[in-house]
Amino acid sequence: MIALLHVQEGAAAGFLTGLQHPVSGADHVLAMIAVGLWGAQLGQPAIWLLPVTFPMVMAFGGFLGLIGIPLPGVEVGIALSAIALGTMVAGEARPSLAVAAALVALFAVFHGHAHGTELPEGQSGVLYSVGFVVATGCLHAVGIAIGLVHRWPLGARAIRAAGVAIAAAGAWFLWRAVG
Amino acid sequence: MTRLRRTALAMLGVALLPSRAEAHLATTGLGPVYDGINHLLLSPDDLVPVIAMALLAGLNGAAAGRRVLFVLPVAWWLGGMAGFAHGAEVLPGPVTTVSFLVLGALTALDRRLPERAVIALAALVGLLHGWLNGAGIAAAGREALALVGIGTAIFVVVALGAALVVSLRRSWQRIAVRVAGSWVAAIGLLLLGWALRPGS
Repeated sequence: MIALLHVQEGAAAGFLTGLQHPVSGADHVLAMIAVGLWGAQLGQPAIWLLPVTFPMVMAFGGFLGLIGIPLPGVEVGIALSAIALGTMVAGEARPSLAVAAALVALFAVFHGHAHGTELPEGQSGVLYSVGFVVATGCLHAVGIAIGLVHRWPLGARAIRAAGVAIAAAGAWFLWRAVG
Repeated sequence: MTRLRRTALAMLGVALLPSRAEAHLATTGLGPVYDGINHLLLSPDDLVPVIAMALLAGLNGAAAGRRVLFVLPVAWWLGGMAGFAHGAEVLPGPVTTVSFLVLGALTALDRRLPERAVIALAALVGLLHGWLNGAGIAAAGREALALVGIGTAIFVVVALGAALVVSLRRSWQRIAVRVAGSWVAAIGLLLLGWALRPGS
């Protein structure tokens, strides 16, 4: 008997495309790593709360983008996210948990919206979404893992330097966005 | 009626438009039971909510986990048989995004729920997804025995998932489960966007 294996066409492509999308732009990557770094600086419970907040709110932004609700100044918002989050990391800012979560959530909407409007046609929606969210979470995990060096004085300084670099990159993204 | 309410109602209407219940029932060549097992393990639309339900049950303790272990597969099978007998096209596919959103959000929040609420959730999720599976199997002209395979796979996934979460003792491990829940909710939101996307 011939085994007719009806493989879901495009499924693997959908997952891989979703996995690739969040890492395809330096502006997104830097902002998401900055979230992880900042969480690591802030310690418990922010180290977990911020990476939980970002994907959920980013998915909400993606939802808005998918259904066609426009959001003005998306590219500017993404660039500002790198500047603001990089500055927070550079200054090792310690606002209240609510303020930190709100700041991260605000910028997550811009990132999500940009992704939502760029989603390719003809892919498996569920596998694309799984890949997309997993990649985003992994980027936060990378930031948190790097941020673990914060416990050593030299590591703490290195993280702050990384924050400066992220903010500088954000300024360049902003220049590009408005230029 | 305000414009916002009209837009919200229109969006809801689009989301609930009947669509074909896709069973994605691959033929393994080993019979319908194995086809059903294969279906669950290869269908993230069904597998992710089952994992989320297992995580949620585990977060709510061993007793809730034990109840869900039996309630979810049985409800899935009952819903599947009802869907198989009815034929299809009643429930819209995008309605399953509700499972992602509710189970993911509750897992991320990690609020202790009454045991009855966890059981009711498992029953609802099982009936909903089971109906769509059964209807899809009937529409594809396949055997209802596949539902036994699906139920068996659900039993194993819930047993492993809930037991793992119940056994977690360190706070960061529990938080990792909550992070997984937030990912499920995020996937649900994106899926809802896909379903409501203009032209979809």
